[in-house]
Amino acid sequence: MADDLNKPKFRWHIVVFLAPAVLVYSAVMIYPLFNTLRLSLFTEVDQERVYVGLQNFKTLFGQTVWSDQFWNALANNFWFFVIHMLVQNPIGIALAAILSHPKLRFAAFYRSAIFIPTILSFVIVGFAWKLILSPIWGIAPGMLDAVGLKSLYAPWLGKEAYALTTLSLVSVWQFVGIPMMLIYAALLSIPDEILEAAEVEGITGLSAFWKIKLPLILPSIGIISILTFVANFNAFDLIYAAQGALAGPDFSTDILGTFMYRTFFGFQLQLGDPHMGSTIASAMFAIILIGVCLYLFGIQSRMRRYQF
Amino acid sequence: MNTARHNRFNTFAAHGVLILYTLIALFPVFVIVINSFKTRKAIFREPLAMPNADSFSLIGYETVLKQGDFFLYFQNSMIVTVGSLFFILLFGAMAAFALAEYRFKGNLMMGLYLALGIMIPIRIGTVAILEMMVQTGLVNTLWALILVYTAQGLPLAVFILSEFMRQVSDDLKNAGRIDGLSEYRIFFRLVLPLVRPAMATVAVFNMIPIWNDLWFPLILAPAEEVKTLTLGSQVFIGQFVTDWNAVLSALSLAILPVMALYVIFSRQLIRGITSGAVK
Repeated sequence: MADDLNKPKFRWHIVVFLAPAVLVYSAVMIYPLFNTLRLSLFTEVDQERVYVGLQNFKTLFGQTVWSDQFWNALANNFWFFVIHMLVQNPIGIALAAILSHPKLRFAAFYRSAIFIPTILSFVIVGFAWKLILSPIWGIAPGMLDAVGLKSLYAPWLGKEAYALTTLSLVSVWQFVGIPMMLIYAALLSIPDEILEAAEVEGITGLSAFWKIKLPLILPSIGIISILTFVANFNAFDLIYAAQGALAGPDFSTDILGTFMYRTFFGFQLQLGDPHMGSTIASAMFAIILIGVCLYLFGIQSRMRRYQF
Repeated sequence: MNTARHNRFNTFAAHGVLILYTLIALFPVFVIVINSFKTRKAIFREPLAMPNADSFSLIGYETVLKQGDFFLYFQNSMIVTVGSLFFILLFGAMAAFALAEYRFKGNLMMGLYLALGIMIPIRIGTVAILEMMVQTGLVNTLWALILVYTAQGLPLAVFILSEFMRQVSDDLKNAGRIDGLSEYRIFFRLVLPLVRPAMATVAVFNMIPIWNDLWFPLILAPAEEVKTLTLGSQVFIGQFVTDWNAVLSALSLAILPVMALYVIFSRQLIRGITSGAVK
């Protein structure tokens, strides 16, 4: 009897509670992730899978047909990310700072309205902007004409020099709501005593923002940056919806997501190649991993957390 | 005196900036929707005018409803979204309860393992996911999508829900145990009803990305009878590029359900984000 009490029964209910989530997550997410990394070490010869070691990576980085495309996609992806960091996040922070003003009326209305583009699908956003910027329809040139700037108009999505920047800005337009909301939440969580103390010292308005609020929301800005990084480096939908799998004009809007899709799934005359697709996916995995690690060990651990 | 005037100017400037940005945010949606109700001529002649008796036309909607199977696409999207949310919430809550409630060997490791997926996008594994779906015969079924979205949504769901479950009072659960309730009953009867607000937050966070996803429908379920609304409208618009009435109407129809969901759930969504559920 006493022996029975000392030796607790195996608690099956813990297994039952954990099993469904762990099984689905392991089978559909973790296992395919590692299987994709493994597949990058194989290739297909006469419809059979053959182990080739790092040969695919040598092809990807060594043969100019591949490496040119890869570096082009990577560089484009970096530009895509830079625009988000320089335009989306500052606008989001500015909007949140204005919205968080305690006496502002209609704040809930503005917040909901500005968030609307974020809930739309890439297909809607991509086509809607394509139509609006199109020289055939003439909304964009017409509006520029109305303010006397018609000479600035160009068919931005069709010009190699502008297409990527234009699409990045469309993406910024779509996602500005996310940094806005997260920063808004962070600003609301700053205790009033701190702001009142600052006010007593004569720090109000803009200087209160720069000297008090901004340092306090730095951790949130860090989180937004890493979320933006991960989202940008596996982006695909917007480019595909607006420019197709070829990411035209002349691959000027090609990013890693579209490059992987084309390689893996094939397009027009090129056949799909799952092994090269896995190789590109592995490279993307490495890039995202490096970014996340830099954030976790380089930025987050050094940031001071303010506990209220 | 001076500060009062200064304040009024500030308020004015704040509203000015916010109104300007609200216009930028809503303008494209507005243009698409008003033009979908106009004749082809009117669309090109005066793109910014509201439809009037002269220019009003439903020709685009007629083409869309005749040519595209939008009701089927809508139904598919509904099944995938509701099905995935159901499994994310059920499995996520169960796992979160196990991690939050019991002390056992490997609890921390299991938590970290499940949290990995918050940062690593599931798309990286697409090649192997497609291979697996082909082998199991799930390709071109809605189950393939439901499974993928469930796996994708679980990490964040477990993370958020276990934070909330730690706050449920121990006294309540222990009272249940003394009354002889099994652990399962404690979970379903006592704990689940108490974390309903957190479940709603998780549901709203997952709903929009699942509904809007283009990547997995395109790769795992491109067949006509299992197309989701997002993929269906993408393919439809691609085929009807030159028929502006049809394209604008298809876009408006695709906007409609998401807007409806947003109007219903926006308070929940905003409360979820601002309550700091995501840290």
